[in-house]
Amino acid sequence: MGEALFARIAKERAPLLSLWFDAALEGYARDTASFLKDRRDPFANPVGHHTRRGLERLFDELVGAMDMEAVTQALDPILRIRAVQHLTPARAVEFLFRFKRILSERFGAAPRSAEAAGLLFELHERIDRMVLAAFDVYMACREQVMELKANEMRQRTFRAFQRAGLVRPEHEKAPEADGE
Amino acid sequence: MAEAKPTPQDVLHRIQHTPPRSDWMETPVEIRKGMYCYAANPKSVATLGLPHPHAWNPVEDDWHLPENWQQILHEGFKERLERFRSFKVFMDICVRCGACADKCHYFIGTGDPKNMPVLRAELLRSVYRNDFSRMGRLLGKVNGARPMSFEVLREWWYYLFQCSECRRCSLFCPYGIDTAEITIMGRELLNLLGLNIDWIATPVANCYMNGNHLGIQPHAFKDMIDFFVDDIEEKTGVRVKPRFMEKGADILFITPSGDVFADPGTYTAMGYLMLFHYLEEKYGLKVTWSTYASEGGNFGFFTSHETMKRLNAKMYAEAKRLKVKWILGGECGHMWRVIHQYMDTMNGPADFLEVPVNPITGTRFEQARSTKMVHLVEFTADLIHHGKLDLDPRRNDYLKVTFHDSCNPSRGMGFFEEPRYVIRNVCNHFYEMPANTIREQTFCCGSGAGLNAGENMELRLAGGLPRANAVQHVHRKYGVNMLACICAIDRAALPALMDYWVPGVQVTGVHELVANALNLPGQNERTTNLRGEEFEELMAQAEGQSDEG
Ligand code: SF4
Ligand code: SF4
Repeated sequence: MGEALFARIAKERAPLLSLWFDAALEGYARDTASFLKDRRDPFANPVGHHTRRGLERLFDELVGAMDMEAVTQALDPILRIRAVQHLTPARAVEFLFRFKRILSERFGAAPRSAEAAGLLFELHERIDRMVLAAFDVYMACREQVMELKANEMRQRTFRAFQRAGLVRPEHEKAPEADGE
Repeated sequence: MAEAKPTPQDVLHRIQHTPPRSDWMETPVEIRKGMYCYAANPKSVATLGLPHPHAWNPVEDDWHLPENWQQILHEGFKERLERFRSFKVFMDICVRCGACADKCHYFIGTGDPKNMPVLRAELLRSVYRNDFSRMGRLLGKVNGARPMSFEVLREWWYYLFQCSECRRCSLFCPYGIDTAEITIMGRELLNLLGLNIDWIATPVANCYMNGNHLGIQPHAFKDMIDFFVDDIEEKTGVRVKPRFMEKGADILFITPSGDVFADPGTYTAMGYLMLFHYLEEKYGLKVTWSTYASEGGNFGFFTSHETMKRLNAKMYAEAKRLKVKWILGGECGHMWRVIHQYMDTMNGPADFLEVPVNPITGTRFEQARSTKMVHLVEFTADLIHHGKLDLDPRRNDYLKVTFHDSCNPSRGMGFFEEPRYVIRNVCNHFYEMPANTIREQTFCCGSGAGLNAGENMELRLAGGLPRANAVQHVHRKYGVNMLACICAIDRAALPALMDYWVPGVQVTGVHELVANALNLPGQNERTTNLRGEEFEELMAQAEGQSDEG
């Protein structure tokens, strides 16, 4: 039965993903959540679209190869969106933990054999690794936002003036992060 | 409401599994960092002679309002209802059908229900019902009415400066209610209390005093153009000779100052200079720039009708002084909304100007018969259509271009085909974004209507997501690497948006593309583009990329 755990989860991909998606929407107001869920056009509803796609890819890694690069790529669009929304960092990554609860509600919390316990442990451990990766992605996005905030305008106007030789020599050094 | 560090209890509270689900009027507003722009510098407000200049901070509990602020708002509201019929109609006829609800890029990107256009309009409508409809006041909240209070005022301010006046919502409203107009009125009312944002008030004051939003003085403006002249010579071997404030020139050219002072708009400005040089060499057309009318943009539009009028006045004034035949306008967004919708009645009629005729092709620009002002892209499209430009689009072959319809020229003027026509004639690789994100359905850049500050970056990035998402689609599908637009705010705001959502896509004005393709008489080999990048390298890179794809 232990061996079968991953396979059983994989077999229930669609219903599990649907529950996971609902859980991921809990940080949004009710009206927003129903919009994110019901509007299927990816261009009219990019947040819903990227969240759904991201979860699908995460799911496949979770029961599959657990390739961390693929995990990070799947997390990026979801966290990139959350990093500019109202969600706190905890709220932004919480959806990953929620999958543990969904699994235990579906398959029972107490494993029946040592082997099953080992697999369940492995599964939880995989989710934890995803959470850690999610923190990294989230923080990288926040840093990028801060950098854009600090440098965008100064850089664009400063650089134009500098090219034109209209900046006095003592100010010659371009603002930091001018690394293109 | 100063921002305090959250306590562990706060944090625990926030991660409950069910969010508050109260009625919108009961949901208190939280003025969140990254979503709002700093308060206007009182000096700028005073420079403009606008009411109640004072220092205040949006996140504090006391906004230092005048004693009778509620009365001021009430009277201002009343006056505007009487003056603008559309405003009164928009207050009355919404049936709250919700068709507009999910059409706003700020709602789509932030997920904040109060960014649904219908709720944005309800901000004012709820007070309208209370103050101006007996039924509304009697029924109170049941009928969606509420009296003005400080809480309501905070909500007004926060959400009226989360609307870019893009009008996308109005496209979907069965009654044609234009929430942008409601935001415009709401911001006017806020201005009666001195509650503008600095990103608008200071550029407006600069423009009023120095002729442009950045407050650049005339000699610096000229220095910058002189630099472009040197730079163009370096890249093309041709020395262009721009004219300044030249009396008796054929045409006065006015563009947003962003083109002159901020990358990548500067390359578009170089494009203008090259085009005008070509037209003078080949056809003897004399186009003049002005350091007085050195701003096409008009942040007054985001303040009040009167302020908009004052800033706009210099266009006709300068045209009159220089005795030109008509005015040509550069690539800008809201500048064109002002010209198209307001200028004629506000500061016109410009009887002293001629109905614009392209002297090179003979085309009479009927649509500009009254305003006497023609969009440069239209003018260039006309020249191309008549075979008047010597173009080599192969110089743009390393580019895969898509086009962002800026809200104002597209939804505000129905200007869809001309930019596409020009791009297709100067670039060999052009790809459209999905249909529900372009033309009249275009998504705002997320930074319009004076919201392109730095401190509200979260708002800009979230609001720009629907636009960026469509760019990402064509970037992945076709390898698009250049986003073209005809708006100076776009050129300033989209690079950050691309950096965050779609790295690898750069931003350009259409006339930068035109200039790269344009063969100037007497030019050199043209080994680099206007950004100084070697064509050979760019082409090799592009080939590498398409091999990978
Ligand atoms: S005008 Fe644009 S920004 Fe304002 S509510 Fe409508 S869609 Fe949103
Ligand atoms: S679509 Fe028009 S009538 Fe319907 S809720 Fe929006 S503004 Fe009101």
